[in-house]
Parts: sequence; structure tokens; C-alpha cells
Amino acid sequence: MPAPSGRRSAPAANPYLVCAAAWAVPGGGHLFLGRYQKGLTLLVVLPLMFASGLWIQGRIFPFQFSDLLVGLAAVADLGIGLPYFLAKLAGAGAGNVIAITYEYGNTYVIVAGLLNMLAMLDAFDIAMGRK
Amino acid sequence: MDTTSHLGLLLVFSAFVSIAFAVLARDEPREQLTFGAKLFGTFVGSAVLLGWLLYPLPL
Repeated sequence: MPAPSGRRSAPAANPYLVCAAAWAVPGGGHLFLGRYQKGLTLLVVLPLMFASGLWIQGRIFPFQFSDLLVGLAAVADLGIGLPYFLAKLAGAGAGNVIAITYEYGNTYVIVAGLLNMLAMLDAFDIAMGRK
Repeated sequence: MDTTSHLGLLLVFSAFVSIAFAVLARDEPREQLTFGAKLFGTFVGSAVLLGWLLYPLPL
């Protein structure tokens, strides 16, 4: 079924380059494609959500696939891109399991990464001319 | 805001997710605002409702 017409346009950039930009910098894919309002909003909201999660004692999970949920959480954490590596460099994300906000912090960090993956797919669709 | 308040953390989480979803799902700023507000209300409303439904259950 043909998709409805709208702001659809022909592919303007290499979709895989757009994906890489969108993953590395939250909102980067949209900025790359000239969708400045979306890009700037994502650039503010997603890193802020990630940082808030770390601030309330959330943890950056290790890639430990012997416990599947820990491994999957690590993949989700990595979804935020550059802020993940900055947090690692700064020594953040150790988590404090006895803090009352620990689980909330984990949820913030994981969901920020997953939302950035969603933003990456949206940018990919735009670059492919599907949106 | 008290950073250990469950309701406060729920409100902040709902705001972040609603903004991100609204921006990704809608193109026009007015539509984003309406959709984001609906999402936020649904997040908070359903969490409060579930909280009350679970209230009689023993811990």
C-alpha cells in the first residue's frame, strides 16, 4: 500500500552515515538532515535524561551476557552514543544498589538509550525518503 | 524537587519520554504539543490508577 504523501522527500544523504550521526550524537541524524527542531529537542532531552539517570545513582550495565538482562541493559545503555563514553570516561555510572532511586536511575539510563535508537530509526526513515 | 520522591521521578520520566515520542511521532509543533500532553497525561494517570488498584494488596 502506498504511504500517504506529506513531507516525504527523495533521499538526500547516505542513510548509514545519518544512522551513525544519529547514534553518536542524540538528534544528530535529524540535524544532519536539516530537521533542526526535532534534532535540537532530542539533543537536549535524551542526554539530559541519561545524565539524570546517572545523577540519581543509576548504573551503566556491563556487557555480561551470562545474565541476559544485564547484557541487554548494557546494549540499551550504549544506544545513547557519545554520552555513554563521556560518562565512562568521567567514571560515572557505577550505580548505588542501596540508593532508593537506583532502579529509577537504571530505567532513565536504559530508556534514554532506547529512545536514541528509536530516533536513529526515524532519521534512517527520513534519509530513505519514507517520511 | 525531592529527588527521592516516587511521584516526582515518575513526573520527570513521563515528561522526558513524552517529549521524545511527541517529537518523533509528529511533525508540526502544535501537533507535537497536543500529542505530548496527551501522552504525559496518560503516563501519569495510568500510573496513579495502577497505584490505587494495587493499594489493597499486601506487600
